[in-house]
Amino acid sequence: MGRYVLRRLLQFIPVFLGTTFLIYTMVWAVPGDPFAGKCGERPCPDAFVTVMTERFNLNDPLLVQYVKYLGQLLQGNFGETFSGVPVGQLIVDAYPTTVKLAVVALVIEAVIGISAGLLTGLRGRGFLDNLVLVSTLFLIAIPTFVTGYVLQILLGLRWGIIDPTVSSEAAWGELLVPGFVLGSLSMAYVARLTRTSIAENLRADYVRTAVAKGLPPRRVVGIHLLRNSVIPVITFMGTDLGALMGGAIVTEGVFNIRGIGGLLFRSILTKEGVTVTGVVTLLVIVYLLMNLLVDVLYAVLDPRIRYD
Amino acid sequence: MSASMSRVDDQPLLVVSDLQVEFRTSDGVAKVLNGVSYHVDAGETMAVLGESGSGKSVTAQTIMGILDTPPAHVTGGSVRFHGEDLLTVSPERRREVRGSGIAMIFQDALSALNPVFTIGFQIAEQLRLRQGMTRREARRRTIELLDLVRIPHAARRVDEYPHEFSGGMRQRAMIAMSLALDPEVLIADEPTTALDVTVQAQIMDLLKEIQDERQMGLILITHDLGVVAEVADRIAVMYAGRIVEEADARSLYRRPAHPYTEALLDSIPRLDLKGQQLRTIRGTPPSLLNVPPGCPFHPRCPRAAEPCRTTLPTRVALGVGRASACHFAEEVVSRG
Ligand SMILES: Nc1ncnc2c1ncn2[C@@H]1O[C@H](COP(=O)(O)OP(=O)(O)OP(=O)(O)O)[C@@H](O)[C@H]1O
Ligand code: SF4
Ligand SMILES: [Mg+2]
Repeated sequence: MGRYVLRRLLQFIPVFLGTTFLIYTMVWAVPGDPFAGKCGERPCPDAFVTVMTERFNLNDPLLVQYVKYLGQLLQGNFGETFSGVPVGQLIVDAYPTTVKLAVVALVIEAVIGISAGLLTGLRGRGFLDNLVLVSTLFLIAIPTFVTGYVLQILLGLRWGIIDPTVSSEAAWGELLVPGFVLGSLSMAYVARLTRTSIAENLRADYVRTAVAKGLPPRRVVGIHLLRNSVIPVITFMGTDLGALMGGAIVTEGVFNIRGIGGLLFRSILTKEGVTVTGVVTLLVIVYLLMNLLVDVLYAVLDPRIRYD
Repeated sequence: MSASMSRVDDQPLLVVSDLQVEFRTSDGVAKVLNGVSYHVDAGETMAVLGESGSGKSVTAQTIMGILDTPPAHVTGGSVRFHGEDLLTVSPERRREVRGSGIAMIFQDALSALNPVFTIGFQIAEQLRLRQGMTRREARRRTIELLDLVRIPHAARRVDEYPHEFSGGMRQRAMIAMSLALDPEVLIADEPTTALDVTVQAQIMDLLKEIQDERQMGLILITHDLGVVAEVADRIAVMYAGRIVEEADARSLYRRPAHPYTEALLDSIPRLDLKGQQLRTIRGTPPSLLNVPPGCPFHPRCPRAAEPCRTTLPTRVALGVGRASACHFAEEVVSRG
């Protein structure tokens, strides 16, 4: 296992170089004046252009620019925006909120999704099963921004149960409803996946053995059945966490949450190349790490899986 | 202990009588057990023989209370353990009996063991939950049990997963697991079918030895007549959800009292007939959705006559401990 993880980490290097180069090229090699619109309606003063061209090495060939950027990046320096704000600081400000939101969404996904799937998987066809099937279908069919706005209007404006928008502290409590909105689609998948998995394993021989050993039903279901059924579910949630960590432009937008999704979105609109490159690079690394985590988790959950 | 104190003494340990089980599926109602009766006493080996689909496993599952319901429904009969009908007791009492009163070994140990827990965990959990042992005590006892079934390096292998064991070792672990709570009756459902021949013999010897030592009642389900001849005290032959013949092992082999038993015995390869084609029983077992009227064996029976097509034969006693459900039982047994 250790060697496998090491091998995977080594594979990160070419992926990292490839993606950063690609992003750098896309951001900086696009035709057109990089300073267009940077100084309001008028073209930028020559002095400004000279300073900026110097600071961003814009006169060097692209490859040299990239290598210089990479050198800085490897020292932990994400560079600065045109207005001189360190990109590292922007990320530090925005990322904790995104991670918090992702965790809230994931917990909601896990708790509600697995419970609903467990109950319906055990009971089989019936009212509850239909209820879950229909409601998950709804969640899958409705776009996130609709769920978001509807909950915001009902809970926030109409009934005043929550604040319609999240404050800049982004406390855990404030993130519950946005987390639900963000996690609702995956929650629906988790519920269905759990249901199928439980129903499949319910008749497995080892479950019957557990009953034959005289174990209490709670233990048969809670330990023997659930532990096996949850393997594909956890794998799914791990992959989903990778996506959640990438920020949620829509949910962050609806609830005015200052996370990484919004930062990236604004930077693209304002052509803040350094920020875009930095954020995307970070997200690529996080995504790779999450994927590795899922694979490791999979082997931990299912001892039959061996990577070495 | 408490179970044996409340024991009604002239009762055999476990008595199954007139069990009726049906499977209600979308294809219709399959009457899988149609009045199965047998019993086993302490220290005794009762072999249950019969073709595939005759209901051997379903009987065992009914005794254990592990039938899949639905589709299976018990519609009649009783399972008396020390005189107490397990089919009518509370679920809690039923659970108490599982493992410590009656335990079961399954055919395919690989699928019967939970793939994500170690062998040790799966044995020790019974000891912890049912006997209140601490983790430590349970682990020590588990290693003893693995030693008992002769798993080499038990102290190390206790932490391995089922897939890390060979087939034979897995079946040994399964046996250790079934012995954990000192059951009085052990049901072994084709314990060796999935193994290769040399391992089969080892496992059977082990089972037999442990049974002798502990004076357990053993219900051995198999279609291997060779195994039965060596280890069984009594034999019950099943056909289409009924016991068609019951006898002590010796008498049954010498003078079968049912044409189906005769046919089964004829189908064993024999050393003196080496090289000859193995005789199989002609025809196939009846569909349980639609059992033929009269004797269910009549479409395949070489002796079938007029009454066989219309009248269901009842069990007739043929001396002590012998019975056969055939209209011509006396004739069959005397012709030998
Ligand atoms: N879950 C089930 N659903 C429907 N029918 C079943 C089910 N389990 C068993 N049966 C039916 O019950 C009958 C008896 O099955 P059982 O498993 O007891 O046979 P068996 O004598 O143990 O055979 P084998 O030697 O193959 O193990 C078979 O005809 C089978 O089709
Ligand atoms: S009752 Fe008739 S058909 Fe049935 S086993 Fe006896 S002889 Fe054969
Ligand atoms: Mg069977």
